[in-house]
Amino acid sequence: MRPRLTILSDAMVQQIITEAIELLQDPGVRVHNEDALTLLAAAGATIDHEKRVARIPEKVVRAALETAPREFRLYDLNGHPAVHYGGDSVQFDPGSAALAILDSRTQEQRTPVTADFVKFVKLVEMLPQIDAQSTAMICGDVPAEIGDLYRLYLALNYMRKPIITGAFRKDTWWTMRELLVAVAGSAAKLSEKPMAVFDVCPSPPLLWSDLTCQNLIDCARNDIPSELVSMPLAGATAPVTLAAAVVQHAAESLSGVTIGQLAKAGSPIVWGGSPAAFDMREGTTPMGDVATWLIDCAYTQVGKALGLPTHAYLGMSDAKIIDAQCGLESAGGTLLAALAGVNMVSGAGMMDFESCQSFEKLVLDAEIIGMAKRLIGGIEARDEPIALNLMRKLGHRAEYLAEPHTLKWFSKELYIPSEIIDRSSLEGWKRKGAKSAFQRASERVDQLVAKYQTPPVPVELCAELRTITRSAARKFGMERLPALAD
Amino acid sequence: MSSDLLAQIMQSLIEGDPDLTVNATRQALAAGLEPLAIIAGGLIPGMRIVGERFSCGEYFLPNLIVSANGMKQAMQLLDPELKARRQAVSSPGSVVIGTVHGDIHEIGKSLVATMLSAHGFEVHDLGVDVPAERFIDTVLTTRANLIGMSSLLTTTMNMQKKVIEALIGAGLREQVKVMVGGAPVSARWAEEIGADGYAEDAVGAVDLAIRLAAARGRQ
Repeated sequence: MRPRLTILSDAMVQQIITEAIELLQDPGVRVHNEDALTLLAAAGATIDHEKRVARIPEKVVRAALETAPREFRLYDLNGHPAVHYGGDSVQFDPGSAALAILDSRTQEQRTPVTADFVKFVKLVEMLPQIDAQSTAMICGDVPAEIGDLYRLYLALNYMRKPIITGAFRKDTWWTMRELLVAVAGSAAKLSEKPMAVFDVCPSPPLLWSDLTCQNLIDCARNDIPSELVSMPLAGATAPVTLAAAVVQHAAESLSGVTIGQLAKAGSPIVWGGSPAAFDMREGTTPMGDVATWLIDCAYTQVGKALGLPTHAYLGMSDAKIIDAQCGLESAGGTLLAALAGVNMVSGAGMMDFESCQSFEKLVLDAEIIGMAKRLIGGIEARDEPIALNLMRKLGHRAEYLAEPHTLKWFSKELYIPSEIIDRSSLEGWKRKGAKSAFQRASERVDQLVAKYQTPPVPVELCAELRTITRSAARKFGMERLPALAD
Repeated sequence: MSSDLLAQIMQSLIEGDPDLTVNATRQALAAGLEPLAIIAGGLIPGMRIVGERFSCGEYFLPNLIVSANGMKQAMQLLDPELKARRQAVSSPGSVVIGTVHGDIHEIGKSLVATMLSAHGFEVHDLGVDVPAERFIDTVLTTRANLIGMSSLLTTTMNMQKKVIEALIGAGLREQVKVMVGGAPVSARWAEEIGADGYAEDAVGAVDLAIRLAAARGRQ
């Protein structure tokens, strides 16, 4: 039996959905995008053009829920299915779009550059616990206007795993698609075997900005999966009661599903989010807050009840250095996400809310993810009878370590962490240099990056990706792209 | 054919399949291979690889001990054949091993015993809660040249020192090398109580025992 976490009663799930649908009629959703307003109007929504508010009838929302796929897959760059969005599959990718990187040497935050993100992509490739890449940080050595596509360009040169990404502008979305089409070989091949998901974020409360709404529509029309990232901030931009925050999340997300399905029925879309409980002392958005986790797990349950694939930003920490708070917050969110059955959990490596990535935290988080995946593996009987034959054979002898039965099962029953997790005797730990978790993580980062081998990306493809990216860079005054490492 | 069988013996140890180790050893004998060739060409290289993989973190305790048991069983099969040929494996030494008085922790001690015996040591395992006198008596009756003592508790560590004092009292200290182990034990503790060595794990204990036995032989 797989252990599961249920936060809401079935009755409350239904009530949340009902209230969310009612919110879409009154007060309606603000849509600052002409394309979407046209689609909604044609489907029967009432549009206040002056206020740019759409009141969406229930039957339009219900129709969208009918056509939205219950599941889809992402493929790796070798064309093999690698990620399953749907059911209770649980997979992990790093937290995305960090503005800072925690410098490995000084342990201070600084602006990431090309070499940092390339190293990060390599590290993600080397960590078996992590299922997908993400465009995890924004490089400061290229113009901000191409910050989104440049990350994707870099990742595509080094990755094999699929990627969770997102665009910061309407036009750069098309450049990003061009990069993906180049890698896939054609638009048809990309649509057949998607390798990327685009995050699209409504603004709380109940607003679709022009940019993110256009990204949503363009994804749908081009069969590129999108991931709704609704982010109610309970007590600030959303009600403080957690159930009400989940209602707001559901209303924003339902409007996203509706717009996406109106753009193209059957286009893949994910019920995701990044809510937080507002911190009433500091006025910040803590991702390591237990109330944040509750909202996440609750909206995941709502998404499953609607039959949609799910996503959540969990497993992050608000700590500024890699300390005890960093570990406890990351572990809490990650374990709960796994128990809640979130299809894609974004957050590994991320700290200082959602603003700083860390190589060391990423490899530490990979161990938490390994444990979380083992946790939902649960306890299986393995033998029938469970223990009688074996225990009668051994009687009162404590010799299980020497039993072939142990050799057969130990690696399936136990999650065996890397040496980041210290389980030495005191003497052994001292002999290995009496190192802290940060020091051990830092060594593992170096080891893994050293072992990474660049995949055989055809020279012509590399050149094509570079040409696409360079022509985008030139529009914003950058003639030469930063050099790529091996 | 014969090299295939040796490779199979080696592989069976690496994969931790004791039944296969025994069967392949039996076949090797039937095919006319010399027992010493089986040991040198199949068993020892197999165990060496298992030990290496354990040391670099690729293998774990169950791999180590299941393979060691396979080696032990194969050796039992080869023993009468060696005797019939008036041959002997040059044993690196004879060890008396046990967990000290007042302490009933067995796993680590048994692991070391199994590993030592897989590496050709003659092992006299006294079990747990072993009084100092039993260590001494067994050294006298078996003429062992090594003692291995385990202690898992800070409260029983001191018994290791008592055994060494008893050895001195019996006038045996010069003839016997003493190695100590267990969670609270350290190299510094070994030095403090006048033991000859400390090892961190079972693979380390085998290396240490071989080193101590060789030093003993040179004296």
